[in-house]
Amino acid sequence: MSFTLDARIPSGPLENKWDKAKFDFKLVNPSNKRKYNIICVGTGLAGGAAAASLGELGYNVKAFCYQDSPRRAHSIAAQGGINAAKNYQNDGDSVQRLFYDTIKGGDFRAREANVYRLAQVSVNIIDQCVAQGVPFAREYGGTLANRSFGGAQVSRTFYARGQTGQQLLLGAYQALERQIDAGSVKMYSRHEMLDLIVIDGRARGIVVRDMVTGQLDVHIADAVILATGGYGNVFYLSTNAKGCNTTAIWRAHKKGAGFANPCFTQIHPTCIPVSGDYQSKLTLMSESLRNDGRIWVPLKQGDTRTADQIPEAERDYYLERMYPAYGNLAPRDISSRAAKRVCDEGRGVGTSGRGVYLDFAESIGRLGQVAIEQRYGNLFEMYERITGENPYKVPMRIYPASHYTMGGLWVDYHLQSTIPGLFVLGEANFSDHGANRLGASALMQGLADGYFVIPFTMGNYLAQVKPGGVDENHPACAAAKREVEERTKTFLGINGKKTVDEFHRELGQVIWDECGMGRNAKGLDHALARIPEIREEFWKNVKVPGSGNELNQELEKVGRVADFLELGELLVRDARVREESCGAHFREEYQTPEGEALRDDQNFCHSAVWEYTGDNQEPVLHKEALTFDNVHLQQRNYK
Amino acid sequence: MRLTLNIWRQKSANEPGKMVKYDVPGVSEHMSFLEMLDVLNQRLIKQGDDPVVFEHDCREGICGCCGFMIDGVPHGPQRGTTVCQLHMRYFKDGDELYLEPFRAEAFPVVKDLLIDRSAFDRIIAAGGYVSVNTGSPQDANSLPIMKQCADMSMDAASCIGCGACVAACPNASAMLFVSAKISHLGLLPQGQPERDRRALRMLAQLQEEAFGACTNYGECEAACPKGIKLENIARMNRDYLKAALSYREEASAGGAA
Ligand SMILES: Cc1cc2nc3c(=O)[nH]c(=O)nc-3n(C[C@H](O)[C@H](O)[C@H](O)COP(=O)(O)OP(=O)(O)OC[C@H]3O[C@@H](n4cnc5c(N)ncnc54)[C@H](O)[C@@H]3O)c2cc1C
Ligand code: FES
Repeated sequence: MSFTLDARIPSGPLENKWDKAKFDFKLVNPSNKRKYNIICVGTGLAGGAAAASLGELGYNVKAFCYQDSPRRAHSIAAQGGINAAKNYQNDGDSVQRLFYDTIKGGDFRAREANVYRLAQVSVNIIDQCVAQGVPFAREYGGTLANRSFGGAQVSRTFYARGQTGQQLLLGAYQALERQIDAGSVKMYSRHEMLDLIVIDGRARGIVVRDMVTGQLDVHIADAVILATGGYGNVFYLSTNAKGCNTTAIWRAHKKGAGFANPCFTQIHPTCIPVSGDYQSKLTLMSESLRNDGRIWVPLKQGDTRTADQIPEAERDYYLERMYPAYGNLAPRDISSRAAKRVCDEGRGVGTSGRGVYLDFAESIGRLGQVAIEQRYGNLFEMYERITGENPYKVPMRIYPASHYTMGGLWVDYHLQSTIPGLFVLGEANFSDHGANRLGASALMQGLADGYFVIPFTMGNYLAQVKPGGVDENHPACAAAKREVEERTKTFLGINGKKTVDEFHRELGQVIWDECGMGRNAKGLDHALARIPEIREEFWKNVKVPGSGNELNQELEKVGRVADFLELGELLVRDARVREESCGAHFREEYQTPEGEALRDDQNFCHSAVWEYTGDNQEPVLHKEALTFDNVHLQQRNYK
Repeated sequence: MRLTLNIWRQKSANEPGKMVKYDVPGVSEHMSFLEMLDVLNQRLIKQGDDPVVFEHDCREGICGCCGFMIDGVPHGPQRGTTVCQLHMRYFKDGDELYLEPFRAEAFPVVKDLLIDRSAFDRIIAAGGYVSVNTGSPQDANSLPIMKQCADMSMDAASCIGCGACVAACPNASAMLFVSAKISHLGLLPQGQPERDRRALRMLAQLQEEAFGACTNYGECEAACPKGIKLENIARMNRDYLKAALSYREEASAGGAA
């Protein structure tokens, strides 16, 4: 089942690669399109945009999501905004600059050609979304407004209050519903993909569970898209929605899809701190708040005075001090580590001591409360609802939390995985963000993949295969279904003493402690020993009530946690062998004297792509070497 | 604090349901309402009982998954707040609460507190969009939009589709939901070409579903966690009237035969 990695990057100069590829692609004749069936698992920004666009082109699409409606995908929760190289502000932005910022922000661990294409199509995304009726923020003159985000010195972020993801997703969802009405897309809500079906080396179908009746069904197609989001919930506590999972991509991984850079996970600097052990998730406070909020902790250790009792001279605005050029807008990985450091020094605030202040007093004084309310009103309300504190009066308390996963299934320039016919879009793939994603770039990537890349690359793939040829009666379908049935039976039969959540928390704690913001060989080795132990106990001692043929939320969870328990180990293994620091992957052994990430371009300028070789067997590591012809490899410097 | 919860338990759509009483000790004021139910569920699982089923995902008040009645009020007592964002500091020791699913013929109960809201998707599919294919638009800034229009459109577009408006309405009407979409698109220039058709088609679909008529109780506005305003319904009614008088669906697609 072994694979070789060919990224299929078009030849020629960077600026012309995408045009060249589009010209070289084979086309499917319009009247033949309806003969092709495409499965799209996931209908968030990436999958929703893809399913709608492919339906518009005339393909037969079946789309799946686990929520009761595609409008509820996790993309809905994105707050701050979406980047695009429009240069509407005339402040020096360009495709080249967005490309460069993304490569640099990712600490030179992403593929140049993909990132350049992303920057190119970013401008089309805004046009498309405006045409759909996305109510982006406007200036008085009627033009689109922009704000700044971390890791950039230009204002290129488009936003719809603090609900940008919601509005973009509603745009994609409405386009999707239009195709559902037109009959080109058939939507299966409350359906969870539990396995991938590969026939003759091509991805040909999926096994899904109807989450209301428990019935297992097989769907067959000419190609399969996975746009199932990120795996940040491997940490248990994260900013992701509760249902976010790795199951779809992990099952595909076990069927032969390479998993790239699993250890590149992003910890977001501005989340509401944990309040107790019942905590079920962490709430993000959009990074856009860092435009107007100043981050600080007391200068003194163990200072228990309230914020208003601490005079200016006894405050440490540590980001402004350490990174004067970017200040409070330093990239996420850098800001998160800085927060951890000051809290480790005993200067954290709040009862747990794991928190820093995000203070709006200065900007409220300068701009007035109304201006701040207009910009961030809903975020301030949300904060008050959760904490019971009024952030117009007292500074917010924030702390980093697991947020986004740059790693994911490896894809080539066509967004195809190592399994022919299996395409992976959005956060589920590993493509564009390298070792660290810049704020407001995930929405951009999801929509780029879904609206502007897959319609071309899918056509090129389908043009080279005959439609049909296998159906649901193929023996591989029955076998895949049986496997899922047996797994379900096993879960229900264990009847142990611990709940699924207890195991998930245990796993999450190990990964947070040993493979979170700071990582080292000793801790990673400990995690590598500990995770298989948790997994072993899980399979002997987990308790799942109810049956398989009904709506059973514990059964849904147990399957996801079983997969997290396997992915978690791979994540740690990947972190262990990457003996350098880059972006969000901070190995404490490898840092500059100032405590910044120290890359090792000699030995690690590659994407690590893991091949599954069997349960409890060591996976095989493949490497896709990264070459930089258009940017100069340098140490990131945000000072 | 310690609470007593009476929760609607119903195994499936076809079986009858009933209220069941639970004693929930050790509730912290910092918990969210759903975290409090998580704690109850963990205990039920360990005792070998079926945990209470409720829908949730983002737990940030934006996905619209969550929602049930607390003492007859959708999403509970705090205004402008989804139940996932409701915190226990708004309750006190000894409180006895009644939790029931949103009740409406158009929202059949699937299990316990979880309901089927697919009618909302069908209404959007009938016309809640701008018909623009991927790849065809002009530059975004070539279409200036008055800030005030964009802001008002955004107000309406904030609807999360949770269904609280339907649950609050004595007639189980979905007018606030439908009118929010009609306003979101109708307030923008992009939404004009299909404005009439949209109103007619969405309201025709509404008739197909089992929602009731609007008789201006205004309960929907009070229950909406996102502050969607009644004025949207007035705007929708105007659009509908105008469209009903002037708009005709094309007889055929036309063009070359
Ligand atoms: C709180 C928060 C705020 C954010 N803010 C921003 C921001 O301001 N700007 C920005 O650029 N990015 C932001 N992000 C990141 C961004 O929102 C996500 O990376 C992006 O939305 C992911 O989109 P997606 O389409 O890949 O996946 P998702 O939106 O997660 O969609 C996944 C889809 O897959 C389906 N699915 C998953 N598993 C299965 C399965 N097994 N079977 C069937 N269906 C399945 C789901 O139902 C869903 O439809 C934020 C993220 C969070 C958590
Ligand atoms: S769970 Fe998403 S709105 Fe409550």
